[in-house]
Formats: sequence, structure tokens, C-alpha cells
Amino acid sequence: MSAFLFWIFALLMLVFGAAVIINRNPVASALSLVVSFLGLAALFLSLDAYFVGIIQVLVYAGAIMVLFLFIIMLLDLRGEKLRKINWIASAGGLAVAFALMLQIFSVVEKFPAAKQTFPPITRSTSDDVHRIGLLLFNNYNLPFQVIGVVILVATVGVVVLSRRETR
Amino acid sequence: MVTLGHYLIVSGILFTIGFAGVMLRRNIIIILMALELMLNAANLSLVAFSRFHVDVTGAPDYNAQVFVFFIITVAAAEVAVGLAIVVALFRLRQTTHVEDITSLKF
Repeated sequence: MSAFLFWIFALLMLVFGAAVIINRNPVASALSLVVSFLGLAALFLSLDAYFVGIIQVLVYAGAIMVLFLFIIMLLDLRGEKLRKINWIASAGGLAVAFALMLQIFSVVEKFPAAKQTFPPITRSTSDDVHRIGLLLFNNYNLPFQVIGVVILVATVGVVVLSRRETR
Repeated sequence: MVTLGHYLIVSGILFTIGFAGVMLRRNIIIILMALELMLNAANLSLVAFSRFHVDVTGAPDYNAQVFVFFIITVAAAEVAVGLAIVVALFRLRQTTHVEDITSLKF
């Protein structure tokens, strides 16, 4: 994938990611998050990770975002009233985030492998579902089953949490 | 040419955006969305390292992609539980604003 497309999709992802936290309307935030995830899926495809890119679109841009929009609709959230902003807390939060970004930059700067381009792959990655599935059921069988239990617990927990107390 | 460092920087910026969202926003649903952004930044650097580490057969390292699969699954479960908590909270207090919920504040 060319450098041009990389920058297009990286910018798309970052701009709409920033729009998620800048928008005051939750629905606009959720829709910006969908576009951001689609840009991220394109970046996954640029890294020859087809399975992860497709899962990203299906699970995140599909299922999770529908869940968010559904809850926003259920709670009937309007755009927030403008409250008094605590400027000291906001400046502190921005300063911490900025310091974190500078730290990440300096770590990547000192990382020797970061300046290398990606080595060419000689084997086609179009069968990566097969490869990931083999790994999942051979090397990662126990974590896979634990993940199943996590989903079961989450499902039961959600049902318990959202049940209306009738007593 | 696009190097590994470009992907790591983009992933770092995305993580910072999510972190700033958790720090600055006061709406619980937006905070959950910012958490998703941070998880996805971690996924992006994992996939970049997976593509960077080409093994002897000439294929990318699929262990990282299995890990991304696990992260996506846990994130889906986490969002479901988080949003159920938000719904239960809204039913009790009619708010999603974190400054209105101070029962545990000392």
C-alpha cells in the first residue's frame, strides 16, 4: 500500500477520532467513531491483516456502534447543556495527555526498529483466517475457552443489571 | 516509505486522543467511546508489529493477530457491561454526567 493511502487513512482516523471527543452531541460522537474505526480497518488491510480488518468492520463499526447508538436512543440524550467548565481540571487533563504523547514520541524516536520499513512477505496472507484459526485452536485453546466464559459472564451480568427491580 | 515508526506514532496519537477524552469529557457514554479508541490504538500497534516480524516461511507473525482477536472480544464484552451499568444508573439518577454521581466521593 502506498504512502499516500497510509496518510489519507491515518488522517481520516485521527481527525474523526478527535471529533469523537470534541462533539457535544453524543450521536455525532458515535458516528465519528464509526468513521474512525473504518479508517483503522483500512490501516489493518494495509498491514496485510485481512481477517483483523474485516473483524474490525463487523464487530466495531457494526455491532458495538449499534449498541452505542441504541443506548443513546434509549436514554434520549440531547446535546449537553453547556455547564460551567472547570478550567483548572481541563488544563490539567490536557497537560497530562500532552505529556503522554511526548513520552510516546520520545520512546518511538529511541526505538531502533522504528526507522526500518516493513520486510516483504513472500507468502500470501489471503489465508490468514485459516492460520489464525489453527493458532487459536492449537496454541491458544485455553485462552479461547476462557474468552467464552468471559462472554457468558458478561451476558448474564448485563441481563442482571438491566432487569427492573420489582420488589 | 512508510516505516514501523509511522504506524507507532499514529497509534500513539490515537491513544492520546482517547486518553484526553477520558480526562476531559464528563459524559459517561463519551468516556466509554474514548476507552474504545485507546483499545484500538493498542490493536494498531500490535498489528504493525505482527507485520514487521516476518517469520522464516515469509508470513507475518499471527500470534499478535490472535491477541488482537482476544482484545476485540474483551472490548465487546466490556462495552456491553458498561452500557448496561449506564442504563441502570440512568434509571436510578436520570443523568449520565459523572459530576452528578458523587456517592463514593470522600
